[in-house]
Amino acid sequence: MERYFQPEIETASREQIKAWQDERLVKQVKHVWDNVPYYRKKMEEKGLTPDDIKSTDDLHKLPFLSKYDLREAYPYGLLAEPLENCVRIHSTSGTTGKRVVAFYTQHDIDLWDDCCARAITAAGGTKEDVCQVSYGYGLFTGGAGLNGGSHKVGCLTVPISSGNTERQIMFIMDLQATILCCTPSYAAYIGETMKEMGLTPDQIPLKAGIFGAEAWSEEMRHDIEKTLGIKAYDIYGLTEISGPGVAFECSAQSGMHINEDHFIAEIIDPVTEEVLPEGSEGELVFTSITKEAFPLLRYRTRDICVLTREKCPCGRTHVKMCKPRGRSDDMLIIRGVNVFPSQIETVLINQGYPANYQIIVDRVNHTDTLDVQVEMTPEMFTDNMGEIASRQKKLVEGLRSMLGLTAKVTLVAPKTIVRSEGKAVRVIDKRKI
Amino acid sequence: MSVKQISVFLENKAGALSDMTQVLADNDIDMRAFSLAEASDFGIARMIVDDVYKTTTVLKDAGFVHSVSTVLAVPVPDKPGGLNGVLAVLKTLGINVEYMYAFLGAKKETAYMIMKSDDAQKAEVALTAHGVRLADQEELSGL
Repeated sequence: MERYFQPEIETASREQIKAWQDERLVKQVKHVWDNVPYYRKKMEEKGLTPDDIKSTDDLHKLPFLSKYDLREAYPYGLLAEPLENCVRIHSTSGTTGKRVVAFYTQHDIDLWDDCCARAITAAGGTKEDVCQVSYGYGLFTGGAGLNGGSHKVGCLTVPISSGNTERQIMFIMDLQATILCCTPSYAAYIGETMKEMGLTPDQIPLKAGIFGAEAWSEEMRHDIEKTLGIKAYDIYGLTEISGPGVAFECSAQSGMHINEDHFIAEIIDPVTEEVLPEGSEGELVFTSITKEAFPLLRYRTRDICVLTREKCPCGRTHVKMCKPRGRSDDMLIIRGVNVFPSQIETVLINQGYPANYQIIVDRVNHTDTLDVQVEMTPEMFTDNMGEIASRQKKLVEGLRSMLGLTAKVTLVAPKTIVRSEGKAVRVIDKRKI
Repeated sequence: MSVKQISVFLENKAGALSDMTQVLADNDIDMRAFSLAEASDFGIARMIVDDVYKTTTVLKDAGFVHSVSTVLAVPVPDKPGGLNGVLAVLKTLGINVEYMYAFLGAKKETAYMIMKSDDAQKAEVALTAHGVRLADQEELSGL
């Protein structure tokens, strides 16, 4: 039996969702026009006033916002409420350029917590559960978001934050934690460590995991599910829009439902900026229609994905987004070819290598080089040099057919690739361009 | 009459080998024979030691990936034609040798060949039947 946190919203009719979006968008555009001179100017440049936006059908007329605007307007330029109404900030991890600061009123936090509570409930969470939140707490939205959601659901929340893996495992075992929330790479590391300690999946009390904040492959999901003996659910979000819980996976585990009562999603062609029809692959764009303090209209996420409104067996009616193929910030251009780390991960896991890897890009004699470093494992090691070399060759071939370019594969000693407790550092780009 | 050989995965970078020998030294492990095979970016250190169990334990604790395989140790007269006599037997029977390496024992006039065959058991039977003596673990440990 599928459980919902807010059934009347999560299973509302499409007409009802459209009605909410129409009404809230009109109100939001007016709020932004009145309070954010930066965006008002952008609208004026297009000859728009709030009167031009009568429903979601007019959304395409509005100007876009991008990371560039967030940097330009840093720190207060996109704030739409007096500071006295704001209660908190969060900030992006700064992995890609300058920090972005987002603001929240108490109302914003409440709605965000609801979104995360929907995700935890969809993963099977109830007030009977012990929910270990191993996302980083602090400026990062991961810890705060899932913490708030876990409270709303009524789980016993373990606000352990990331790091100190031994303590993480001690709490999971001693408190019999049933839900784990963290980045997929940290989940994989916790699983690897538990396995080394001799813990089998049936001894591990966890039943579900909610993993997000970085791109991960379907193969990695299966790996984590097997090692920890859980169901692993994806969750999506970004600080600019609120944090985790913008979209979340249900029992169908085939795409994430976007919380459309709060966010309107569009897919655009990243080059022409034209809105694409449902089912097309393109850049995901979000409009926050309920946020008070930091309401971004048509924010370009740089995430490449596909939306679908096909009926979901879970009963939810909100649109689903596929796992982003990668944030275009993560995308590498190597010898003119677009490469996403998640593609490399897929090949590695398919061939039985651990999900822990590092990609080193360099430029030698004006030519880009791609070196994929993977760790040797006891299962893979043999005294037969030829056998290792042929596995290595098979991996090079697998990468070539996936990426369309030749990579070098380097086998490194176990545990030499640094384990991440938050977002994994997959790529080292040494090119000086 | 076979012996156990330990193979260790090593990255092809400065200090990788000495990191491993340091572990052996710290644990008082005596190597009887040693050989290094290398590919472009990694190598395999192969060795015969005085205490197989202890060595695998300390290597595992230190985080080295390794495996134990069965090899043959053949005492060969330290004189011209000594090795050839042994290999001739294998050739007649069509037994392939993947790799081998040699070391001199403490006893004068005897060298030892460590030999990895694709079929250790078959090689062992064939050599014994042709009067070639094979050394066992104890003999090597006692050297």
